Amino acid sequence: MSTEKQLYTVSIYTENNIGLLNRISAIFQRRHINIESLNTSPSEIEGVSKFTIVVNMDEVNIKKILGQIEKQVEVIKAYYHNLDDIIYQISGLFKIKSELLFEERQIQNIIKESNARIVTVNKDFFILEKSGKKEEIVTLYNQLSKFGIMQYTRSGLIAVTKEEMKISELLETYNN
Amino acid sequence: METQTIKDINKTTKATERISGSEAIVRSLIEEGTEIIYGYPGGAIMPVYDELYKYQGKIHHVLTRHEQGATHSAQGYARISGKVGVAIATSGPGATNLITGIADAQIDSTPMVCITGQVFSHLLGSDAFQETDIVGISTPVTKWNCQVTKASDIPAAIAKAFYIAKSGRPGPVLIDITKDAQIDELDFFYEKCTQVRSYNPIPKTDASSLKAAAEIINKAKKPLIVWGQGVILSEAEAQLKAVIEKADIPAAWTILGASAIPTSHPLNVGMVGMHGNYAPNKLTNECDVLIAIGMRFDDRVTGSLSTYAKQAKVIHFEIDPAEVDKNVKTDVAVLGDAKASLELLLPLLNEVKHTDWLQEFKDLYEIEYEKVIKNDLYPTKEGITMGEVLKEINIQSKGEAAIVSDVGQHQMIACRYADFNVTKSNITSGGLGTMGFGLPAAIGAKMAAPEREVVSISGDGGYQMTIQELGTIFQQKAAVKVVVLNNDFLGMVRQWQQLFFDKRYASTEMVNPNFVAIAEGYYIKAKKVTKREELADAVAEMMASKEAYFLEVCVEKEDNVFPMIPTGASVSDIRLE
Repeated sequence: MSTEKQLYTVSIYTENNIGLLNRISAIFQRRHINIESLNTSPSEIEGVSKFTIVVNMDEVNIKKILGQIEKQVEVIKAYYHNLDDIIYQISGLFKIKSELLFEERQIQNIIKESNARIVTVNKDFFILEKSGKKEEIVTLYNQLSKFGIMQYTRSGLIAVTKEEMKISELLETYNN
Repeated sequence: METQTIKDINKTTKATERISGSEAIVRSLIEEGTEIIYGYPGGAIMPVYDELYKYQGKIHHVLTRHEQGATHSAQGYARISGKVGVAIATSGPGATNLITGIADAQIDSTPMVCITGQVFSHLLGSDAFQETDIVGISTPVTKWNCQVTKASDIPAAIAKAFYIAKSGRPGPVLIDITKDAQIDELDFFYEKCTQVRSYNPIPKTDASSLKAAAEIINKAKKPLIVWGQGVILSEAEAQLKAVIEKADIPAAWTILGASAIPTSHPLNVGMVGMHGNYAPNKLTNECDVLIAIGMRFDDRVTGSLSTYAKQAKVIHFEIDPAEVDKNVKTDVAVLGDAKASLELLLPLLNEVKHTDWLQEFKDLYEIEYEKVIKNDLYPTKEGITMGEVLKEINIQSKGEAAIVSDVGQHQMIACRYADFNVTKSNITSGGLGTMGFGLPAAIGAKMAAPEREVVSISGDGGYQMTIQELGTIFQQKAAVKVVVLNNDFLGMVRQWQQLFFDKRYASTEMVNPNFVAIAEGYYIKAKKVTKREELADAVAEMMASKEAYFLEVCVEKEDNVFPMIPTGASVSDIRLE
């Protein structure tokens, strides 16, 4: 098992519970593990939520963390994956002065080459959205920052796995 | 995320009754078989107390003198009976005062349900009087917790709380109930919880892992069992005894495992860990197979992990999958309930003898006896030792008393020297090391098992952390025998200062009050012993008392507890002096 640190996603299927975020984040906090990103959303199963947490850890310890997470009463199942085992996306939003769109021709090229999407334009600003790997969004940020970015934000990573998750089957076995 | 509602509400068409939320709380507790609860009233929980007043023939409320005492009493109740202990408190400080006991129950896997009152739901988050985020505060130290803001959610929340507290690896659960939920009415019916969809309390035992474990054990020349509280929690005492007797395996215990197998059993080789016995600690690093049963390889048990049982194949019988490979890498993990697993293991084991291997334990015991035990139990110096007091208690109790200890030197001595001939007899704060645990825990234990002799053994330090519970003993007429081994020091810290801080006794010397007068102030019979000649008679008098009795024994001030594995050292480096 790898003792080298790398980025892992932890996917946690849970009941939709108001206190669970606190309970799960405390597991990381107590062990002084920094959460790189965190996303919660509904999952493919009605009434089941999914956390996607990105951490930089070694495999030995991430397995222990997983045990602690699965021990929580309202956690159904937790998985960890390295980035090769998942399909993931991160989204970045950029707010830029509208005048730059017309004054700086290079910006138009950047938008085109990066496959970024203009979400909205008004007379003061336009909003650019880019989904992809973190590096792609960082590259776009670096390209745009020299022109001045009014606001910038990046979402947490969301992912689906290449392997099957079988949560519904698992819930069946718990119920029988 | 939306506000949680309790989803497991049963949709049966049972007859319901229109009652208040507070009455539903009390009725739910009665439905769960709760006979005694420990607590302290206050504003946000008053509707529940009003119902307790009405239901006092059916459920007995014990007014402790501090909410911490309520949790420890509930723990003592749970530990001796195997049932769920219940503690109840008001919001704000009442709730935060429960936290130490909850944390203690969490780390020692004690089933406990705590109910706290909370401010009206419309005041939540407004910094109202006595409002505190007890759900947030208790999250890291509870197995499960929730806040109830609707009266109709109360029965299902309590049912779920009891189920979670008791099932699988037990633990504490907290339910925070707003005052409006207590006052509002609901259609009451009660259905016990038997399942929570996301929760799998007992992992399935895998037949192949059991077979693999049996094969390794059958090949072992020097097997060693270390059992923990899991054996007691799953009531697997008879199964463990059958296993060790059939395969002739020496068996040692963690502090919380004590009493599952009688002290006098020839295969019981004593306690492991920092102040455990010499033989099982030393031979942990000599055995060829280490069989851990219902224990979690705490650092006080293992010492340095990098030198712990490296030569041995490790088999771990465990109910909590998160404990497997957490501290010690196992070769075979057998998940599941200890009782069921050991029952399945027994027929797979060969009947063998390990005479030479057992002799090694006996030889090392002789060394420990000469260097340590003899001096503790039969001292020739003037001052009384703590060990002598335990010896006298053993004589009087015939090893059948439940020993409730606090935390420190006296605790180690009590666990080392008390005879435990009955299971569930060692009630102590193992994981958290909570000074002040002992006295209130003894009250809970005595009330849960009035037929048993319950002896509380504390040091002069920890005793004063919850000394006010003498009031509870007096009011409840709980016939607890309270022993304080007084060395006028915080002895264990002083011992470390002596050994590791060049005898700089920073803030460990205690100027103590007249303990006898304090006990007598609570109308408890009391005696103080300062001379060896008085000890046997005093202990006999205490044990013969039908009522509560306080005995202070002034012991040698600067005695140390040995053997000792210094922090971070290997179990092989256990010191005898």
